[in-house]
Amino acid sequence: MITEKVNKGNEVKQQAHYLTDIERQFIDHEVSLVPHKSAAVIEALKIVQHQRGWISDDSVNAIAAYLQMSPAEVDSVATFYNLIFRKPVGRHVILVCDSISCYVMKYGDIYKALQEKLHIHFGETTSDQCFTLLPNACLGCCDHAPALMIDNDLYKDITVAMLDRILKQYT
Amino acid sequence: MEHPLTQYIHPGCPPFDIREYEMTGGYAAVRKALGSMTPKEVQTLVKDSGLKGRGGAGFSTGIKWGVVPMDEHAPHPKYLIANADEMEPGTFKDRLLLEGNPHQLIEGMILAAYAIQAGVSFIFLRWAYKKAAQLLRRSIHEAYVAGFLGKNILGSGFSLEMYLHTGVGRYMCGEETALLNALEGKRATPRAKPPYPQISGLYGKPTIVNNVETLCNIPHIVNNGVEWFKGLSYSEDSGTKLYGVSGKVNNPGCWELPMGVTIRELIEEYAGGMKNGYQLKGVLPGGASTDFLTAEHLDIKMDFTDVQKAGSRLGTGTMVVMDDATCPVGFVHNLQHFFAQESCGWCTPCREGLPWVEKMLLSLEQGTGTAEDMELLEMHTHMLGPGNTFCALAPGAMEPLQSALKYFKDDFEKHISLHKCPYE
Repeated sequence: MITEKVNKGNEVKQQAHYLTDIERQFIDHEVSLVPHKSAAVIEALKIVQHQRGWISDDSVNAIAAYLQMSPAEVDSVATFYNLIFRKPVGRHVILVCDSISCYVMKYGDIYKALQEKLHIHFGETTSDQCFTLLPNACLGCCDHAPALMIDNDLYKDITVAMLDRILKQYT
Repeated sequence: MEHPLTQYIHPGCPPFDIREYEMTGGYAAVRKALGSMTPKEVQTLVKDSGLKGRGGAGFSTGIKWGVVPMDEHAPHPKYLIANADEMEPGTFKDRLLLEGNPHQLIEGMILAAYAIQAGVSFIFLRWAYKKAAQLLRRSIHEAYVAGFLGKNILGSGFSLEMYLHTGVGRYMCGEETALLNALEGKRATPRAKPPYPQISGLYGKPTIVNNVETLCNIPHIVNNGVEWFKGLSYSEDSGTKLYGVSGKVNNPGCWELPMGVTIRELIEEYAGGMKNGYQLKGVLPGGASTDFLTAEHLDIKMDFTDVQKAGSRLGTGTMVVMDDATCPVGFVHNLQHFFAQESCGWCTPCREGLPWVEKMLLSLEQGTGTAEDMELLEMHTHMLGPGNTFCALAPGAMEPLQSALKYFKDDFEKHISLHKCPYE
C-alpha cells in the first residue's frame, strides 16, 4: 500500500517534469484562451507532437496530468484525429491524397512508384527513419490532381517522373 | 459579368494587405453597418437578399441568423464561426477565397458577428491549408491594428475578438455540431439537434457556423443591396457561385460565375471540355456526397432548385467528372472507402454499414461479387438513408451509391458475370 502511494507520487512528479518549459508555456497560453483546461487538449497534443514528432503513452499521461484529465480521455481525443500520430513517424511525413479526383487522375501510379522507391507501404517508415508514407483524404487541390503533401509543402499535378526530384529535397 | 468575391484574386499574386484591401473599397461595409445599421437591419438585409449557405446544405443564411436570441438577457458571449474545414472530396473553392482575399472573409465575419451580436469569433481552418493559415494570421493581426477587431470597433460600442483554429484532420469536423465539439477539444462527433447551435452551441452559448463563401458574400450585400445581389444570378437563387470542375478535363479549375450556369457551360466552356480520347460518363455536381448526374443532364442549371429537380444536390458546387475509362464500381468504392474511414463511429448504422458497403464494392471490383451483393447494396441505400442515422454523413455517402446503381447498373452486373473488372 505504502509502496503504491510512493510509486504514484513518483509517477505524478515524473509526469509534471515530462513536459518541457517551452511546451508548458505554449499549453498555458492555449489554456488561457478557453473556459476550462480540457478544452485545450487538442492544442496541447499539437504542441507536444510539434516538439517530439509523435504522441507517446508518456506524452498522453503527461498532458492528462497537466490538464487534469484522465489519460483515457486524452487518448480518446488523440486517437480520433488522424494527424495526431500515436506511433513514431519518420523525419518527414508524405501524405498522398487518395480521394476521388486524385483517384480519377491515377494517384495509384504515384503510390506504386513511391512504394518502389522507398520500399514501404502506407503506414510504414523507411529504415533510415527519413520518410513515413500515409494515405490522406482530399487535400482540396482537386484541380491539380494528383496531389501530395510532405510536411508543410504541397505538391500538385504530380507525375511519377517528378518524384525523385521532390524526394531529394528531404534527404 | 460581375465577380464580386474573386474580382481582386489573381492566382500567383499575393493577396491584398489591409491597405490595398481598403483602397479597393474594403471594410466600407463594416463602416456602413456599424455606423448606420442596427443588427436586425443587417439580418433583414441578408434574409431579403436570398443568400443561401454555400457549404452544401443551401439553407437561408438570414433565417439561420434569425433564430439567435437577440434580447438583452441572451446568453453571453455569443459565437460566430467561419467553417473553413473544406474537406468534401472534389471541393477546392474555399481555398481560393482563403488564399486569395483573407480580409474579405474577416470583413464578412465582422458583419455576421455584428448581425447576431457575437463577441467572439473563430475561423476553423483545416490543417492542410498551410498557406491560408499564414495569410489569415497576418490579416487578423492587421485588422486588430486598424481597429476593425477588438474593443469598441470604430467607436460603435461593438467589440469582437477573432481567433484562428487549425484542425488535426477528420471530415466530420465540417459538420457544424461536430465542429463545435472539436473546438471544445473533444472528439468530433455530432450533437443531437435540437437544441440547434443558434440556441446552444459552443460551450452552450448561442452560435452561428457559416461557410467561408457564404461569409464572403456579406460585405458585398451590405455595400450593394438586395436587388444588385439578386441581379447577379441567372436563376431564382441569388448571387454568384464558386464553381469547380476536376477530373479528366482540359482545364480543371474554379470560377466565380452567376448562380445557375449550366453543367455544359462549366465543363465545355470553362473547363475546356473532356481530354482527348475521353467521354463524359457521369458527374458528381457538388462533391462526393451528391448523386450522379449523366450526359443527359448537361443542360440543367447549377443552382439549388434545378439540381435537386434532376435528382441530385448543388452541394458545394464543385463537380467531379467521371470519364468513360474510369470504372464506376472502382469510383464508388473510392468514395465509400472515404466515408467508411471518416465515419466518426457515433451511431451504429454508419459505423457498421459503411465498412460493409465498402467491402462489397471491393469484392465486386475484384470480381468476387455476387448478385446478392447488389441487393444488399440497394438495401443499404435505404438503411443508411435520411432519418436512420445521427447526422448527414451516411445519407450523403448513399447518394452517389444509389445513383450509381441506377445509372451504371450494367457496369456492376458485368463485374459479376465476367468475374473481373471490365475496365482493367
